[in-house]
Amino acid sequence: MKELLNILLELHPDVDFESCDTLVDDKILDSFDIITIISEINDRFDVVIPAEEIVPKNFNSAEALFSLIERLENE
Amino acid sequence: MLFTSYSFIAFLAVVILLYYVFPKKARWTLLLVASCAFYAFADYRYLFFIAVTALSAYFAALRLERLNNTQKEYIGKNKDILSSEEKKRYKEEIKKKKWRLLLLCLFLNLGILSVTKYTNFVIANINHFLSDASKLSPVDLIIPMGISFYTFQTLSYVIDVYRAKTSAQHNFFRLFLFVSFFPQLVQGPISRYGDLSETLYEGHSFSAHSFSMGLMRVLWGYFKKVVIADRIITGVTSLIGSPEQYKGVYVFIATMFYAFELYCDFTGGIDITIGIAEMMGIKVAENFNLPYFSKNIKEYWNRWHITMGTWFTDYIFYPISVCGPMLKLSKWSRQHLGQNIGKRVTVYLSSLAVWLATGIWHGAAWNFIVWGLMNYVVIMASQEMEPLYARFHKRFNVSGKPLYEVFQIIRTVLLMSFIRMFDCYRDVPLTFRMVGTVFTTFNFSAFTDGSLLKIGLTGADYIVLLAGFVIVLSVSLVKVKVGNVREYVYENSNVLFYVLAALLLIMTVVFGAYGVGYDSAQFIYNQF
Repeated sequence: MKELLNILLELHPDVDFESCDTLVDDKILDSFDIITIISEINDRFDVVIPAEEIVPKNFNSAEALFSLIERLENE
Repeated sequence: MLFTSYSFIAFLAVVILLYYVFPKKARWTLLLVASCAFYAFADYRYLFFIAVTALSAYFAALRLERLNNTQKEYIGKNKDILSSEEKKRYKEEIKKKKWRLLLLCLFLNLGILSVTKYTNFVIANINHFLSDASKLSPVDLIIPMGISFYTFQTLSYVIDVYRAKTSAQHNFFRLFLFVSFFPQLVQGPISRYGDLSETLYEGHSFSAHSFSMGLMRVLWGYFKKVVIADRIITGVTSLIGSPEQYKGVYVFIATMFYAFELYCDFTGGIDITIGIAEMMGIKVAENFNLPYFSKNIKEYWNRWHITMGTWFTDYIFYPISVCGPMLKLSKWSRQHLGQNIGKRVTVYLSSLAVWLATGIWHGAAWNFIVWGLMNYVVIMASQEMEPLYARFHKRFNVSGKPLYEVFQIIRTVLLMSFIRMFDCYRDVPLTFRMVGTVFTTFNFSAFTDGSLLKIGLTGADYIVLLAGFVIVLSVSLVKVKVGNVREYVYENSNVLFYVLAALLLIMTVVFGAYGVGYDSAQFIYNQF
């Protein structure tokens, strides 16, 4: 989780990612950020996030994103 | 068989009647027969093309589902024995097999689409480089009706099975109905299998409410198509057909007329489609959400031809953005160009691919490709200018103010309408030249010298069009307030609902553009 928070904070240092659960709904993350996050996750976690998983509910919070990473790691 | 023809109305009446007469379990078979008949009526040879598409999707999806299940079972059975490395290798192997199969299916279907639709465009372009003696002749090819729509709809099904997002349909004829369902064959919407299949195969009991709602929507669609779009088309055709004669203000008028025509034509057609399905209890995806009330072009594209937009996002934009080479490029560009510029590179490239594909999908002409690129440039520019807009809104405190929102809406409509003129004029340079005259030729006398009565529209036509505009605008404004206008009226007064339905019918019959000089036009989106 810490590694993921680092990725997110590198993009938006001013956002409280531990509590925010409307990252996409409130347009805090845009498509540029999402592709960057996927690229970083691919790099640091060795997890490929497929296109069909790019839906708001997976990116609305750091927690949801971390759950996605864990699910993909365990599949 | 045009939606606006008497033969279609008779056909529809028979199909709906039989639908409720047939045993519930067999109703979907009636829809399949009706869909095949509808398609064969246009040209029986079309059936061959659509059957090939359905067959290829059927077999590909079955095999893909088998591979999905094999992987799930194998990993499930051996989860305690396999190391994560072995699991990963196994999944990669299965993925490769699935990918090869998907590619084959894509290649076949996009191949059919490309050959039938784009061969002559390619030949015309090659001919630019050849001498007169060696020029290639155009090929006489069949372009199956609605091929762009049913190909995309079918491919979304195959890709969804590939992604294990939906199960494969094991009955070929049921799948064939999904591919060929007649109300949406002509111009969409581009439905997803997971959504449409929920109500397509089930035999629905007759519901007076659902039937009335559907019928009202069909009438509303016919009103927009026959009274407005088929009337205004005469003026649009005259104005764009003689570019030397009609410049400046005339181009502006043509732009506004075409915006109104296309809206009434396309949304009218979709209303007819959704309404027909609703009359039989079938739910078809919405394709519009008051697009002309959008405050920026990005919002406009989220509200106009929604099913096409989401198709391109789900099956082109994201897959390209997150494919291996793009992720590498993303990393490289962020390292070498800085975070701010670097993170934009891949999104810009993927968006370019989407808009090129959108342009090409719309038609085999440079006009459509340039139209796609213009949309791309405007969307990207407005995205980049967002921080500037935000500062402006904050500085002048205009955000959310009604007058400013009206300004934003008018700005978006004007911008979209001018870009859309690439649909109209015969080539790209002419479109640029003609749109340019709006800003250089100020022939305002066009409004007073009677010349607008010489473009195939009489004074009575203008009165009908003005009344039509007021009605469409009023209904749209009510929709903003209450959501579903039909439900709102029905809940408040059944009598008013049926009176309005009767009025719509009478207005369509009395004021529809029929008779000498008029020929009910094919839907514009049918050509795509």
